Amino acid sequence: MTATTVTADSRTTEAWRGFAGTAWRERIDVRDFVQANYTPYEGDASFLAGPTDRTRAVWEKVGALFPEERRKGIHDVDAATPSTITSHAPGYIDRDRELIVGLQTDAPLKRAIMPNGGLRMVKNGLRAYGYEPDPFVTKVFGTYRKTHNDGVFDAYTPEMRAARRVGIITGLPDAYGRGRIIGDYRRVALYGTDRLIAAKRAERALLDARPSTEHVIRDREELAEQIRALGELTRMAASYGCDVSRPAATAREAIQWLYLGFLAAVKEQNGAAMSLGRTSTFLDVYLQRDLQEGVLDETRAQELVDEFVIKLRIVRFLRTPEYDALFSGDPTWVTESIGGIGLDGRPLVTRTSFRFLQTLYNLGPAPEPNLTVLWSPQLPAGFKEFCAQVSIDTSAVQYESDDLMRPRTGDDTAIACCVSAMAVGRQMQFFGARVNLAKALLYAVNGGRDEMTGDRITPEMPPLTGEYLDYEELSAAYDRVLDWLAETYVNALNVIHYMHDKYAYERLEMALHDHPVHRFMACGIAGLSVAVDSLSAVKYARVKVVRDATGLAVDYETQGQYPAYGNNDDRADAIAAGLVESFMAKVRKHPAYRDAEHTQSVLTITSNVVYGKHTGNTPDGRRAGAPFAPGANPMNGRDRHGVAASALSVAKLPYEHARDGISLTTTITPEGLGHVPLDRAGNLVGILDAYMAAGGFHMNVNVLNRSVLEDAMEHPEKYPDLTIRVSGYAVNFVRLTREQQLDVISRTFHGSL
Amino acid sequence: MNGRTAHGAPAAAGTGRIHSWDLSTGVDGPGTRFVLFVSGCPLRCLYCANPDTWHLRDGRPATVDEVMAEIGKYRAFVTAAGGGVTVTGGEPLLQPGFTGAVLRRCKEAELHTALDTSGFLGARACDALLADTDLVLLDIKSFDVATYRKLTGGELTPTLNFATRLNRLGKRMWIRYVLVPGWTDDPEAVDGLARFLAGLDSVERVDVLPFHKLGAAKYDALGIPFPLRDNPVPDHELIERVRKQFRRHGLAAH
Repeated sequence: MTATTVTADSRTTEAWRGFAGTAWRERIDVRDFVQANYTPYEGDASFLAGPTDRTRAVWEKVGALFPEERRKGIHDVDAATPSTITSHAPGYIDRDRELIVGLQTDAPLKRAIMPNGGLRMVKNGLRAYGYEPDPFVTKVFGTYRKTHNDGVFDAYTPEMRAARRVGIITGLPDAYGRGRIIGDYRRVALYGTDRLIAAKRAERALLDARPSTEHVIRDREELAEQIRALGELTRMAASYGCDVSRPAATAREAIQWLYLGFLAAVKEQNGAAMSLGRTSTFLDVYLQRDLQEGVLDETRAQELVDEFVIKLRIVRFLRTPEYDALFSGDPTWVTESIGGIGLDGRPLVTRTSFRFLQTLYNLGPAPEPNLTVLWSPQLPAGFKEFCAQVSIDTSAVQYESDDLMRPRTGDDTAIACCVSAMAVGRQMQFFGARVNLAKALLYAVNGGRDEMTGDRITPEMPPLTGEYLDYEELSAAYDRVLDWLAETYVNALNVIHYMHDKYAYERLEMALHDHPVHRFMACGIAGLSVAVDSLSAVKYARVKVVRDATGLAVDYETQGQYPAYGNNDDRADAIAAGLVESFMAKVRKHPAYRDAEHTQSVLTITSNVVYGKHTGNTPDGRRAGAPFAPGANPMNGRDRHGVAASALSVAKLPYEHARDGISLTTTITPEGLGHVPLDRAGNLVGILDAYMAAGGFHMNVNVLNRSVLEDAMEHPEKYPDLTIRVSGYAVNFVRLTREQQLDVISRTFHGSL
Repeated sequence: MNGRTAHGAPAAAGTGRIHSWDLSTGVDGPGTRFVLFVSGCPLRCLYCANPDTWHLRDGRPATVDEVMAEIGKYRAFVTAAGGGVTVTGGEPLLQPGFTGAVLRRCKEAELHTALDTSGFLGARACDALLADTDLVLLDIKSFDVATYRKLTGGELTPTLNFATRLNRLGKRMWIRYVLVPGWTDDPEAVDGLARFLAGLDSVERVDVLPFHKLGAAKYDALGIPFPLRDNPVPDHELIERVRKQFRRHGLAAH
């Protein structure tokens, strides 16, 4: 928040006509603008409009390209032009019809290359789809310009490399853009880039007065880059005929300006998650003003939102097939956070919150943008009912507890990626993927040797030698392994983010943040339910160790019953909560790069399948190679008392020690929500209310029949739009690998007989 | 405390035999509910999906306190989710003392209560037990006396008497009617039931439940024959026809 001189030129006066409030005029403060100007909507969905012919025509035109893209993997790529904000000429889907314009390259679905993250990823991505890497690009990034990926491997230690190779630490953003940074794209619309540049210059001027230490020099350079990026955004927008140097004066301009800001970010960065923020209620202020001025009606208002969402649906990056397999398709995590309650108690629900969800009907279900409802039992009934109905009809919405986030990150929080909460424009995170807690438990038994390869990965530690596992002994050994793991992990992340800042800095996204910014170091854990059930088995049943000739424990025989996580049974759930808390404490012991605040998530995205593949037999009875449960989910089939009991186990995990989010994916059959179809939305509202009131953080809701999924596996052509939520996001079911499809189908369906 | 006396000796009321518990949504009464399955049933319905609940002796002994401790873990959840507790089975009225005590304790905990019963043992439900029941899910297996006997091994009259009594008490009722092709799809029998129900003011809705064979595996596990293994399940058309029959009599049928 930097004060700058208010230049009330006529363009700004015109753009801000009718707006209330003062603080946001004096400093960059979108939240204050929203609070001073938005109109809460407490009604139901009956006002909404369907798609216009124009929307249908634009959507069908780009939709016609999807089958070929699905078949080939990518539609097209420009292999010769490293992407920058201004690298490509303007592109259009249907220039005469489009209301909101702007594409990443000069043609829809044509991907760009972004070698700053790593040249090898670009080369592999191109070759996988039958394109040859461009010799000039290869020369520049192989000879003259170092990449993030090169930098990281210069500074990794042998131990980090080993931990990465065996998969005890995986998914690290060391070869690709880290993502999970949300630019406050609303600023472009509200202020225009001239004002934003002036504010950045003022921030920079404060630094000029300070001694040139390493930190100050870096900050000055970054601010210079941010200012440059804002200039590039202005030029890129001008190529589309938009003058974003001034504030947006109409709803159409507000959506367009905001989108161009986002577009500049996705032209510059191939981040793992490129999330949008919390835009619907902000945009509602403009739509509401145009409606009142009589220049828009509901149909046109919806049309603008639909067109905006079409653009968000076709964000594309060039990635490798391995990357796509890990994340199930081609996710971009254009996450939009909708709803929530303000600090003053007014719901932040507007008609445009409804309009965003309505796109799932007007354009059909789709995984992107990743529509995320910030849920609270206090939300207006009409909105809750509509959300639930959309979930039942499309399975494309996720829910996160506004009541848990609001006291910590405020009422202008948005979700990056799946479950990572941040105050928009004020906080950012260093994405840190995750460690494999189940594998770490096997290391505890084997004294730090890998159960699949026999290689020593940790420093020398004594293996457990008893015929049966002893809980106290195992816990102590596990603690030692986790100490080592946390240290190796945080240090590896420090290397990664140092290099990412140096070689692939997000200039434009960071230009849309305050300076200084609050940073999180977002660690993560996977395999929680496997580790917990294994510990529970050792504690409450008897677990015999099977060792190979070299003494390596390779299998376990579990005798007797044990309480499993996912049944609202404190004996198992307390182990889970304790493990989350203790690993977080271990992570916090190691200083994070740029004084970032440590957090962690219990989230696997879809990598639960790959983690499982790389993990041997576990004492809970899971076989080597079998998938883990996703995120914080109980293991498939072990939650035996229905969705409520399962959810209550997950709700016991302490958010305080997993501030980067705790993910629960549920799949409920339609009948599982009620015999009478009309009751189902209300029943789902009840489940969400009760789960969040119990302290639950996140819930993905799929309302599906197993038979539909089985049919879709055999006849994918019949289900091009079948969308399911897999972790903190949604995917096209037919684009999952067969292995992932089987994993989804094998997950517990909560239905009723 | 009068209820306690009426249910029988306190010792009997304190312990029951239960099969299991579960949480369900929208199928055992309104909202998300804690569903207690008690053991033992006097009927042997040919389509029964829970043959593992037939015998009282197969149940696990549980005290009311134990059951209430489990329910206590879900009190906040089911309340926030617009639900409550449903006692089903088996036949809950085979253990009226135990069932009555659970319902009483649920009411003391301000939980919404539902009793799922065939009504065959309706006479065993004292007024105090019913006073602690907010909603009765009454399963009427057939409206034809002979079919009822063949289908369930029991008599229809007690169920109809119970329905009439519940109506007199003003007790809210949801009727459950399992639709089995060849057994309970006879248009005249359905019409007869609809006429009967239309005369009961406290019937709020009629749920037509399509027969399914998801319990077949349980029969295999128990080593007993599943009599309707080869019986067809109703198609959509038949289900709608039967629902319409109920609706024609002014009933809310789903």
